[in-house]
Amino acid sequence: MAWTWFHRFGSPPYFYRVAGTLTPWFAWPAGVLCVAGLVAGLALAPPDYQQGDGFRIIYVHAPAAWLSLMVYTVMAVSAAVGLIWRMPVAHALSAACPVIGASFTFVALVTGSLWGRPMWGTFWEWDPRLTSELLLLFLYLGYMWIRSAIEDTARADRASAVLAIVGVVNVPIIHYSVLWWNSLHQAPSVMKLGRPTMPASMLVPLLMMLLGFTLYFAALLLVRARGELLRRERSTRWVAEVIGGAGP
Amino acid sequence: MSARVPVLQAGLRLMSRDLRLAMRRAGDWLQPLVFFLVVTTLFPLALNPELSRLRDVAPGALWVAGLLSSLLALELLFREDSLDGSLEQLAISGVPFAWLLWAKTVAHWLLTGLPLVLVAPLAATALGAPAAAIPGVLAALLLGSLALSQLGAIGAALTLGLRRSGVLQAVIVLPLAVPVLIFGARATALAIAGEPIAPPLYLLGALVVLGVTLAPLAAAAAVRISLE
Repeated sequence: MAWTWFHRFGSPPYFYRVAGTLTPWFAWPAGVLCVAGLVAGLALAPPDYQQGDGFRIIYVHAPAAWLSLMVYTVMAVSAAVGLIWRMPVAHALSAACPVIGASFTFVALVTGSLWGRPMWGTFWEWDPRLTSELLLLFLYLGYMWIRSAIEDTARADRASAVLAIVGVVNVPIIHYSVLWWNSLHQAPSVMKLGRPTMPASMLVPLLMMLLGFTLYFAALLLVRARGELLRRERSTRWVAEVIGGAGP
Repeated sequence: MSARVPVLQAGLRLMSRDLRLAMRRAGDWLQPLVFFLVVTTLFPLALNPELSRLRDVAPGALWVAGLLSSLLALELLFREDSLDGSLEQLAISGVPFAWLLWAKTVAHWLLTGLPLVLVAPLAATALGAPAAAIPGVLAALLLGSLALSQLGAIGAALTLGLRRSGVLQAVIVLPLAVPVLIFGARATALAIAGEPIAPPLYLLGALVVLGVTLAPLAAAAAVRISLE
């Protein structure tokens, strides 16, 4: 059966073991890529002809913003998998996401407003990207709070899964409504991320940072999901063996 | 309600039951309405009472007040029925639960959304909207309140029976309601400025269609989870 791997991942001890083995494979490349990307981006890339050195914050801002959306997608997809196939492991993965996602969203907001201070002359501009990022942060907070408000883990899993799915349907609607709302107020944003003229010396470090952040997220997700599984399965034998025995 | 009742009729009966129950306790349903009027009164007091100035903030004031009042009204949607167990009976009645919740939500909209739309001209006029803008304001609020009811039903279903559910419900529903707020306020502002309001109204209509078709499914799943 082609689906055996899927069912095997549904078993908490198996997932715990595999995730533990995989974590360094994500963590080390993430560390190397981030350090290399930062050196290349902050020291080697030439300053922008308009923004000077100010543009360099993009090497943290853009990956954080990219991950803020990707983490939400991962969270919603694993929540849906958990809801449909009743997989506790998928719910644990989903539960591991919001703190990471909210942190990336927060970093994207802070770096965005730090960049806005010299470029726009203000810390906060009702720019569509910043605004929908802020709303994304609120979505993460709602997800976290409904989880903490429901004491029963199984019910919290399923209720928050419904919220995550509703949210993922709404994220594009919110994004485009904010985009549309703002286009009536002011000229299109100063920042054009997809500018095709970005030279390779600027682009390559950015891509390294994007990949590095993504791998970092994967490693973090696995670590947090393992912790979540240990907490959830604390009364089972395999956890007792892992904790009390000679290690995993 | 026996399981033999035809599906369509079951929904209509549920709707008329909800309406009749509400008529006997009008106070509950009037509160969000009065809240809406009180909040819109606060804006002139907090800002400049000059009508020409108020006209600029009128769309925002109307829509923020409407949004908050619809949040307040959500408490009435499932609370009573979940306390006395009739929600559970509906869930196991054999009639598609999403359809029953759709009927309940429409009844709820008739009781809270529609009255709000009907008093809105009063509030809009008090905030300096010209008489010519009233049809546009009505159309925008009519569509917007429908979408908000559907969206709110999901929030109410998810927080059913939780402690301090009111604040949680607000945190869940408000970010999701942003598109309705944006297009509704935009349509209202255009109506007050005397410009064509069709584009934001179409988008509001699209949100209503999305809400009316998909939201009951999510709400039904959420109520079932809450009842477990």
